[in-house]
Amino acid sequence: MFRPTLRSSVRLLNRTAPSTLVSSRLFAYRHLSDTVRSRLQSAVKAHPVVLFMKGTPSEPQCGFSRAAIQVLELHEVPPEKLQTYNVLADPELRSAIKEFSEWPTIPQIYVNGEFVGGCDILLGMHQSGELETLLENNGVIPKYEESSSETTTEKASS
Amino acid sequence: MPIDIVALEKAIKRAIPVTHLEIEDQSSGCGENYAIVLVSEAFQGKTTLARHRMINDLLKDQIAQMHAFSQKTYTPKQYEELQAKEAAAE
Repeated sequence: MFRPTLRSSVRLLNRTAPSTLVSSRLFAYRHLSDTVRSRLQSAVKAHPVVLFMKGTPSEPQCGFSRAAIQVLELHEVPPEKLQTYNVLADPELRSAIKEFSEWPTIPQIYVNGEFVGGCDILLGMHQSGELETLLENNGVIPKYEESSSETTTEKASS
Repeated sequence: MPIDIVALEKAIKRAIPVTHLEIEDQSSGCGENYAIVLVSEAFQGKTTLARHRMINDLLKDQIAQMHAFSQKTYTPKQYEELQAKEAAAE
């Protein structure tokens, strides 16, 4: 499921969509299968930062997803540490991730496999400084604390 | 089916004590995009994530029908501090 845009568009082509398939899918949404659950489990752990969003980082399809990606860029999260998934390209993922995270909206962000929250929480943590600390403590971005406090001391003493 | 502000307000006030509640319809009337500011002592001792989960659960049925839902959650004390800060900044 969810991996890349390409594979999910293939899935769309293959979809014959008889009503039984649709109803079994709906059933699967309500009761996330173990397979899907374990795939998502490994997906959120596979990269230090995982963002489920609408659209792509270069072309977000929703203001909330845009805000989320902008905040991550602002903190200079290195591209190799960030994996994004476009839920619009994969309807199955879109439902599954909501149930997996027990969170009703997109975007959703994970840091080292831990669910952080949605757009509101991410922005709130950014404003309070908690996001920087979280990213630093998880080794996503380097710690700036030492160098900046040194600068302050130097300025103070000189 | 669009959600109306009254329904949201009722669902929240039925479940938790509310000190202050602002509900803003950001959908230009179609009822699918809401932002709320909620101040409640029920948030005391809870992380932001836990507070949002609480509200998400409370408004589960309504959120499922919306396109977008945004929330800010404060304890009465936090909200007082916030207002004091905003007043000082003006």
